Amino acid sequence: MSADHRICDPLDVATIKADFPILARQVHGRRLVYLDSAASSQKPRQVLDAMQDFSVTSYANVHRGVYSIAVEADEGFEAARDAVARFIGAPSSRSVVFTKNVTEAINLVAHSWGRSNLGAGDSILLTEMEHHANIVPWLMLAEEKGFEIRYLPVADDHTLDLTDLDRLIDGVKLVSVTAMSNVLGTLNPIERLAAAAHAAGALILVDAAQWVPHLPTDVVAWDADFVGFTGHKLLGPSGIGVLWAREELLEAMPAFLGGGAMIRDVRLDGWTPNEIPWKFEAGTPPITEAVGLHAAIDYLTGLGMEAVRKHEVALTGYALRTLNERFGDDITIHGPSEPAQRGGVLSLAFRDVHPHDLSQILDQHGVCVRAGHHCAKPLMRRLGVGATARASLYVYNDESDVDALADALEATSTFFG
Amino acid sequence: MAGLEDLYREIILDHYRSPRNRGALEVPPAVRSEGFNPLCGDEITVYLAVADGVVEDVKIEAQGCSISQSSASMLSMAVKGKPVDEVRDISRQFLAMMHTHESSLEGDDEQVAVDEKALGDLAALQGVVKFPPRIKCATLAWYTLGQGLDEAAGAAPT
Repeated sequence: MSADHRICDPLDVATIKADFPILARQVHGRRLVYLDSAASSQKPRQVLDAMQDFSVTSYANVHRGVYSIAVEADEGFEAARDAVARFIGAPSSRSVVFTKNVTEAINLVAHSWGRSNLGAGDSILLTEMEHHANIVPWLMLAEEKGFEIRYLPVADDHTLDLTDLDRLIDGVKLVSVTAMSNVLGTLNPIERLAAAAHAAGALILVDAAQWVPHLPTDVVAWDADFVGFTGHKLLGPSGIGVLWAREELLEAMPAFLGGGAMIRDVRLDGWTPNEIPWKFEAGTPPITEAVGLHAAIDYLTGLGMEAVRKHEVALTGYALRTLNERFGDDITIHGPSEPAQRGGVLSLAFRDVHPHDLSQILDQHGVCVRAGHHCAKPLMRRLGVGATARASLYVYNDESDVDALADALEATSTFFG
Repeated sequence: MAGLEDLYREIILDHYRSPRNRGALEVPPAVRSEGFNPLCGDEITVYLAVADGVVEDVKIEAQGCSISQSSASMLSMAVKGKPVDEVRDISRQFLAMMHTHESSLEGDDEQVAVDEKALGDLAALQGVVKFPPRIKCATLAWYTLGQGLDEAAGAAPT
């Protein structure tokens, strides 16, 4: 690629790549080109080391022991909570609940807040671009409680169509919306939706699974009520997610899962709940994973989330230019055309090669992209496709990875001319 | 490591580019069965006209990848005009071929012997076994066919 195509990158990607051991491996004799971070990101040595060191030196169960390493485990676990709070601008660590993933975070809100606040005659507002994790928990609860679910449509430019927002939001008790589409990359206007929700007397839940790893997050500036995200998409381990909620909401909400850690007292005929956030953390939590998440947050904070965002805008722009210049009408990239309005998620239609076949051939070139409906079947129907191939970018990707994707796309003509 | 040429044989690509027996049959008298692959979104509808124990006609509506589409097309050619018993036997043979790897892992002694000659073009799909995530693509049409045969026999009204 000619020098004038190089992007001005605030990140030193060559150094970053060297932090990720998996990027040194080869697949089918080719360099591993990992373009599936929207599904799950890779882990830097700093995260792997933090988890290993904790396991080797300080591992014990939390909240129960008085011996030294149990205290260290407690401190490590709670320090992770503090780091999460700082990372997302939360006013207190008490408002940070550790879950298994963002799916569990949304299910927690549905089962706890939803079950006690939604009933026949009520309604909630979702959008057509939600991940199944922000649709199915509400459909399940609606089957039981009989409330109405409304959907904000997706416009032809793949942003949310807010034309009928006033009508759709009127009378709803909850707005639950993704901050960034995992298929289109669309960044949604959370502040505006939060203001509209509050004006309508509703709360707003933000599915920030794709946002928090890629953009600076400030839950107070959003004026959000609930925010969910997950560790494994932000360079951390799988098995740990976060529900942030305003403290007074958490205080008022009933417990979700019952068991250890979430109780203050248990009698044979009853129980009283623990304080927040532990009230929502039944059973042994993901302890080592919390330490890994903390290290991931430190790593990203070291890069600077503003720099991460600038890198991704620049690289997304490079990818859009490169792919459109090389393939013209042969390629369709879903989502907003302007990089500043989107994240680095590129859902592709290429010639008439089915996404599964595309992904299979790209794998032979070491290029990892996801093919399928990306757990967003209603959105797939809206786009009029059964599936897409999705390449997604992160801090360890650079122009060479985009070029490898383009070269591998070229190679599909061997079988699908 | 299996190469892509094991997967994308020319005969498979030919069926993908020019799928046979596309379309629908009037229901009833035909029976209609639907299959979905929830992981990848592939969808298929198989129409079967069964009379006097014979699959007299078959039509297929489908969207999906080259493997699922070519498998469905080959299926339509392999079963059209055949007695239901023979169709079930071909289906068993094909599914056995697709599950060779899994059944050998499970130590399943009751493997159905694969008669490549009986499978004809379908034997070309054998390479799919080397790509485990794609096996479900190849078998989708066949499980959907099985539902249709059951329904035609009145065994499993849907």
